[in-house]
Amino acid sequence: MISTTDLSPGQELTLECPRITRTALALYAGASGDHNPVHIDIDACRAVGIDDVFAHGMLSMAYLARLLTDHWPQEQILSYEVRFTAITPVNSEPTCTGVITEVEDGVANLDLAVTLPDGTVTLRGAAAVRLA
Amino acid sequence: MTTIDPSIVGSRSEPFTTTPERGRLRFFAEATGQRDPVYTDLSAAEAAGHPDLPIPPTFFFCLEMDNPHRHRFLADLGVDVRTILHAGQRFTYHAPAHAGDELTFWSEVTEVSSKKGGALQFIVRDTHVSRADEPIATLTGTIVVRDPKAAR
Repeated sequence: MISTTDLSPGQELTLECPRITRTALALYAGASGDHNPVHIDIDACRAVGIDDVFAHGMLSMAYLARLLTDHWPQEQILSYEVRFTAITPVNSEPTCTGVITEVEDGVANLDLAVTLPDGTVTLRGAAAVRLA
Repeated sequence: MTTIDPSIVGSRSEPFTTTPERGRLRFFAEATGQRDPVYTDLSAAEAAGHPDLPIPPTFFFCLEMDNPHRHRFLADLGVDVRTILHAGQRFTYHAPAHAGDELTFWSEVTEVSSKKGGALQFIVRDTHVSRADEPIATLTGTIVVRDPKAAR
């Protein structure tokens, strides 16, 4: 956990995600309730001209949320938002990053991103976290 | 290609109620690589001041999937689900929620817009989550409906 005195704009947080395997997508489909076959069924993908399954955007958003909950108790998160900017192919190894942009009135604002090893940014987002 | 009628702004879904279970939250923690025991171990959660396992930040979106009528919104608009993409998602948190809480969800269309001459149509919806009238969270979801005939 990070205390208020540790925080300053420009500070970076990082979370390396494991490789997103087909098993990971099957587990996330079951756990999330999102059973869209484009994430789990290569036959269904090919039937509509998609080469292979790709990861749920909300799985990356869940990984990025761990970057926050690894550093602050969840009840201090005030808001959290992302835009999905690119598809995450199966077997990707994304990295979640956060940069503190501002600390004001006991609230830290962060810019967030999920990036693939080739530099593709798949999510861009922001969060506001109340400091204890 | 269906044109989304801007007059749907302001339209609301029927509320639905669901109760997240501990087992489902443990499965979600496993599926998202969450190893903090607060999310899986009741005694760790209680030691951190929670009455039960906390609902993780994005799980409210998954609970929306429990709505038996969740496909009705797009079907009523005549939108083919294969033509949509999730463009953005926001969560605003008002109070913590936990396993066993009875949570009520209802949604309202807040914005309809288009880009590229209608090849991309955006629908923004707010979903309000409450527990016995206490606000818990507000979800803002943006979906984009793509014209399958337009150049990709």
